[in-house]
Amino acid sequence: MQPTLLALTLVLLTVIGFLAGRSRAAASVGGRVAELHSVPSYHGLYVALWAGLPALLLFVAWTASEGWLAMQLVLSGLPDRLTAGDVQSLSLLKADILNLARGISTGREPDPAVAEAARRYGALRDLAGWSLLAVGASLAVAGLAWGRHRIGPDLRARPAVERVVRAALVVCSLVAILTTVGIVLSLLFEALRFFSIVSPADFLFGTHWSPQVAMRADQVGSSGSFGALPLFAGTLLVTVVAMTVAVPVGLMAAIYLSEYAGRGMRTWLKPTLEILAGIPTVVYGFFAALTMAPAVRAAGEALGLDVSSESALAAGIVMGVMIIPFVSSLSDDVINAVPQSLRDGSYGLGATKSETIRQVVLPAALPGVVAAVMLAVSRAIGETMIVTMASGLTANLTANPLQAVTTVTTQVAALLVGDQEFDSPKTLSAFGLGLVLFLVTLCLNVVALRVVRTYRERYD
Amino acid sequence: MTDLIERETAAVPPAPVRAAGPRSHYKGEAFARRLRARHAAERRFRRAGAAAVAVAALMLVLLIGSIAARGASAFWETRIRLEVALDPAEVASGNYTAPLRRALHAQFPQVTDRAGRRVLNDLLSSGAPYELEAMVARDPAMVGTVRTVWVRADDEIDQLAKGHYRRDLPEGERGLSDAKVAAADALAAAGALAQGFNTTLFTAGDSREPEQAGMGGAIVGSLLTLLVTMLLSVPVGIAAAVYLEEFAPKNRWTGLIEVNINNLAAVPSIIFGLLGLAVFLGFFGLPRSAPLVGGLVMALMTLPVIIIAARAALRAVPPSIRDAALAIGASPLQTVLHHVLPLALPGILTGTIIGMARALGETAPLLMIGMVAFIVDIPHGLTDSATVLPVQIYMWADSPERAFTERTSAAILVLLGFLVLLNGVAVILRRIFERRW
Repeated sequence: MQPTLLALTLVLLTVIGFLAGRSRAAASVGGRVAELHSVPSYHGLYVALWAGLPALLLFVAWTASEGWLAMQLVLSGLPDRLTAGDVQSLSLLKADILNLARGISTGREPDPAVAEAARRYGALRDLAGWSLLAVGASLAVAGLAWGRHRIGPDLRARPAVERVVRAALVVCSLVAILTTVGIVLSLLFEALRFFSIVSPADFLFGTHWSPQVAMRADQVGSSGSFGALPLFAGTLLVTVVAMTVAVPVGLMAAIYLSEYAGRGMRTWLKPTLEILAGIPTVVYGFFAALTMAPAVRAAGEALGLDVSSESALAAGIVMGVMIIPFVSSLSDDVINAVPQSLRDGSYGLGATKSETIRQVVLPAALPGVVAAVMLAVSRAIGETMIVTMASGLTANLTANPLQAVTTVTTQVAALLVGDQEFDSPKTLSAFGLGLVLFLVTLCLNVVALRVVRTYRERYD
Repeated sequence: MTDLIERETAAVPPAPVRAAGPRSHYKGEAFARRLRARHAAERRFRRAGAAAVAVAALMLVLLIGSIAARGASAFWETRIRLEVALDPAEVASGNYTAPLRRALHAQFPQVTDRAGRRVLNDLLSSGAPYELEAMVARDPAMVGTVRTVWVRADDEIDQLAKGHYRRDLPEGERGLSDAKVAAADALAAAGALAQGFNTTLFTAGDSREPEQAGMGGAIVGSLLTLLVTMLLSVPVGIAAAVYLEEFAPKNRWTGLIEVNINNLAAVPSIIFGLLGLAVFLGFFGLPRSAPLVGGLVMALMTLPVIIIAARAALRAVPPSIRDAALAIGASPLQTVLHHVLPLALPGILTGTIIGMARALGETAPLLMIGMVAFIVDIPHGLTDSATVLPVQIYMWADSPERAFTERTSAAILVLLGFLVLLNGVAVILRRIFERRW
């Protein structure tokens, strides 16, 4: 409740600051606004920023640190017998305190010391909320007063406001960088913890994958087995199937649309293809599991083949269909970037249209097409829902697309869906897989995007 | 370069072509055959191209068609007519099951044994007593009278009435007992079985019973998540695009940001889920399954899309606009905020809507942050446990009951409807505001 109250107060004070600054600026020159350095509304913004910005920064910093600080205070007050345990029991204790403080029953009678800690925690948070409100509001009022005090005919309000706005713009553009840093750090951090339990060589080259770790240490399979090779092989298999569908169809569709189809046909065929790209992946997954997999199985049985009901073929075909528009729109771009003079030269030598395309346009567009295929491969490797819904969960090291395989993304999803214990190698292995996935797709993307760019520049 | 053409031209004698004698390369049977072969190859290639487009279009039709065929019937639900006598004592004790069962048994006076009655009881949805309770709450005058009410049928009866069970199969293979089929047929013959528009599908939360399951909770969850995504990614994305396109010096640092944004747009979505799990849940301790966290993850995911679209829109504004504004004394920031940005806004808006449509259909990252839980209640706030439409589809697709297949397809149709709506708005906006400089 207090954060909402503070937010409302801040909004109110900012608006007041704006109005006060504007009117004071006009008053300071007796209404002859032309004598001001900046127009009055910039003075208003100047005061508003003084009122809102410091308090907002305080609010953010406070909210970020408050919970942690309160928890540390509470924990330091607990008897040693409770806090002496290892990391896991400590995090369990913290969770108990949090739940009790929020009034959620933990299902068992709490230790009186823990109940007391929870009460103290709640009281501390409450106190912190009210003091934040008080401090934040007074900071805003002080800022307002200071900003208003500075206003005069000589105040360079506009440059000051613009400096702040530009700084905000820079911060926004850094969010993208921070996201990448966050991805790399979180994957790396968790993956390193995983690799301290399972050696990277076993992970990358082991052929047995069974992440289910038994509850008790003395049970069979208590260590789990984290050889991810079958997962990589399964991903590769599904990707290969998808590419054998997507690349020929996508490329031929792009060629047809850009070289053969008339203008009228193109205007409605291109958007139709793009609808395929806009369909959510979960829909493809449903289609793969309910329509394609039985169809593939029936077709296989008609041919006398033994097809698994969760075959890599069905998932791969549907994934290929999903990627067709991706390949075709990227190839379309590169084919259109090939200069007309090359085509005209070829026609002048007497080549037919298809000869021109196959022997002049495509070789000239080849780097771009290869880049498009690489981006499509990266898309296929990272695709999750189709394989989660239509391919199996059992790791199977095979090159036969009629059998069920599992993929990296399927396993990441399976390992992390539902309740998970932190710090268990089972949960952490998902981050190991995620790191591999990220690195592989990153390499593909970086190379492909660079090729696309240099290629575009070459013909510009 | 072109072996075919080279082969043809290499054989051309250096003498003028027109002067070629009877042994000319361009005459005779062999030449005609070659030409026919080349033209046939041309036709084959062209047909291959047309076939590729046709295959893609066919898959689209098959995809949408198969789902529409499965899901269309879910928009109707089967109801059973009962003459319910509401006993005040039973109502007072909250027993709404007994009046319903009495009314049902009264329609089958010949059934007196326990097993037969149990079959009859199973015709009704387990949610039927709650429906009756709600009716009584709306109209207390019902108590003590006999009223005709329509209550929801069990999902098996619903599926039977829609013809999804094969009656010609023997009992064991059909998955529905002959007794139930006979009872349902008797009800239908008496006109006590009817189908109406399925409002439950849109208003109810999730349920283990297919006939009571709805996607209301998921739709609200999707909207809440999308709201957070929009509030975060649109301002930040536009601000970042403005900085990179209008103010940033062209140096290594901004080059790095640019490469980084392009790469981020191609990072698999599940990686963003891992980021959300490790940072928002693990590090900041935000609640699991909350639309707030889902929205944060989606915002990071759509940010590069919005930045790229916004930059393209800003680049399309001609420099003369900027020059004119600067010439009459506007500051660089005023130039951008007062002139360039408003002109680029339609383009930015279109890109934003497409980014939102992508976020609406995304599933994988939300599985990582626990939005895949079974949640009956409709969420009311950003930190309530919630699920979203695509995840609801994923969960229903996993359910074994055949009635859930139908509901899954219907949910997909609704999701596709939302997406068509969003993209349609984007197309219309582009048509209205499109401007050629």
